[in-house]
Amino acid sequence: MAELKPLVQLDRVRKEFGAVVALEEVTLDVYPGEIVALVGDNGAGKSTLVKLIAGVHQPTSGQIVLDGEPVRLSSPSESQRHGIEVVYQDLALANSQPVYMNMFLGRELVRGPLRQLDRPRMAQETRQLLDELDIRIDSPRQTIRDLSGGQRQGVAIGRAVHWAQRLVLMDEPTAALGVQETKRVEEIILRMRDRGRAIVIVSHSLDQVFRISDRICVLRRGRQVGIRATPEVDADEIVSMITGLR
Amino acid sequence: MAETAAPPAHPDERLVRVGPLARLLTRPDIGAFVGALGVYLAFGYFARGVDWLGDPGIAANWTDQAAQYGIVAVPVALLMIGGEFDLSAGVMIGSSGLLLGYLTTHADMNIWPAILLVLLFGLAIGFINGYTVVRTKLPSFIVTLATFFVLQGVNAAGTLKLTGQTAIQNIDSASGFDSARRFFASDVTTYGFKVKVIWWIGITIVGAWLLAKSRFGNWIYSAGGEPNSARNVGVPVARTKITLFMMTSGIAALMGIIEALELRSMQSKEGIGLEFIFIICAVVGGCLLTGGFGSVIGTFFGAAMLGMVQLGIVDAQWDSNWTYTFQGAILFAAVLLNTAIRARMRRAR
Ligand SMILES: Nc1ncnc2c1ncn2[C@@H]1O[C@H](COP(=O)(O)OP(=O)(O)O)[C@@H](O)[C@H]1O
Ligand SMILES: [Mg+2]
Repeated sequence: MAELKPLVQLDRVRKEFGAVVALEEVTLDVYPGEIVALVGDNGAGKSTLVKLIAGVHQPTSGQIVLDGEPVRLSSPSESQRHGIEVVYQDLALANSQPVYMNMFLGRELVRGPLRQLDRPRMAQETRQLLDELDIRIDSPRQTIRDLSGGQRQGVAIGRAVHWAQRLVLMDEPTAALGVQETKRVEEIILRMRDRGRAIVIVSHSLDQVFRISDRICVLRRGRQVGIRATPEVDADEIVSMITGLR
Repeated sequence: MAETAAPPAHPDERLVRVGPLARLLTRPDIGAFVGALGVYLAFGYFARGVDWLGDPGIAANWTDQAAQYGIVAVPVALLMIGGEFDLSAGVMIGSSGLLLGYLTTHADMNIWPAILLVLLFGLAIGFINGYTVVRTKLPSFIVTLATFFVLQGVNAAGTLKLTGQTAIQNIDSASGFDSARRFFASDVTTYGFKVKVIWWIGITIVGAWLLAKSRFGNWIYSAGGEPNSARNVGVPVARTKITLFMMTSGIAALMGIIEALELRSMQSKEGIGLEFIFIICAVVGGCLLTGGFGSVIGTFFGAAMLGMVQLGIVDAQWDSNWTYTFQGAILFAAVLLNTAIRARMRRAR
């Protein structure tokens, strides 16, 4: 990958919440077309790292670099403008709104001189996207509240896939899913990689990590304790890195 | 409507079909409409000493009162759907009217530039409310309560210092007064229907359109219902809320202008207490105190209902002190009804 330039670089990024140091000095490069798995115990700082790149939080010190340029991601919409999309651990769906509106929330399609919401077109584009990704939902006009956990996850992933030009961050995207649904999500992730997107996925399932990732980045108590190429490492080594025990 | 661009996508055949009546009953504004109709018919009986149901002069009276409530209740409802309150919306009417009085009678301004300044003043107060709420993350209930009391003191002390009285008089001495009054506060028919009523209907239509048809309306719902999710997917939640506060104070300022032009004078206590009436209108109209849900059309009927109660009690020759009791009872009944409708809606899905 020597000739490839990293899409996203974290350069000694640190994040404090008051007295809590959630991340200290994390350095990580993500290249186009690769899947980086982010692993670590509860409270290791995985979600915090995701939220820094997503623009939800800003680093206390250190830099986020996109295409070689240091950037300040001051809000989620700033991050979106750079082609970064997130599947949050809590999915970030508007539960009382229909599926299509969740696909387009904040980026609604409008028509006419009064710029009124183009609901039919949003519903139709959502239908196409769901079919493309094989996400099984009866109608894009269904309300999120009426969907199953897997379907909701599908909507959150579909939204990220639809808008991401550069990078998709996924915080435990299959934690709540059954075997079949997990398999479908993994297929979607692999297809995104084939289209040249970079993916950073937080996962508690080492099986999954070894199935789909190209590299594994281990966090322990806010520290990045190592990055390994997936084919060159085994589960025992990753576990000992996560726990700090040999 | 020109919806030709989109070819028929998948029909939603797998969705459960809900009957038209059941669907009607799940609308947040239906309760308010039925309630308003009920109050109208009830006073047809209780106020049968006058021709309550048929006399346009009587309708002109209660629509005048309803418009006073309903104009500001529209942005208050939108704000509530956006998850916030504005307890300073009532006192803002007084502040704005007094400011208009000061500018025209003491600073000798023409009425039109004075009106413009008052509207800007309203927007500025709204911005301060909104910015403070967004930045401090304090409950808007507290922030706007503080604004309420600050303005209440300014209104009373300022008026007394300026005039030595509790009111600013002779606003009609201002140049341009007549043309402004025609636009904001005159009668439009021989029965005495006020132009204010047209403002009420117009602002309701604009508010309802914004809520249902615009991106802004969509952001209002999500800012009130799921602010974190909305923020995380890029909805400008802070900007949406600040805009809503500015709309509320701005339209309260418009109401102050209307009242000052109508009454030709302004009492320093004007508007105080109305902030709760606006909230009652919004709740009767189906708005949830928790945000994320509500209706501008429903709020319109809520204001109509309260206007009818206010005037109907007089026409029925009851002691008008009962008005408050009625307003309280209506609020309580509306909340119960809305809760029932919400439960029904959940089940209908
Ligand atoms: N918004 C926040 N405010 C304060 N502390 C936080 C916040 N978010 C995370 N933390 C703290 O930062 C640490 C890392 O949390 P997190 O990134 O959620 O871990 P993980 O996702 O790896 O389980 C934890 O100690 C957590 O309590
Ligand atoms: Mg986490």
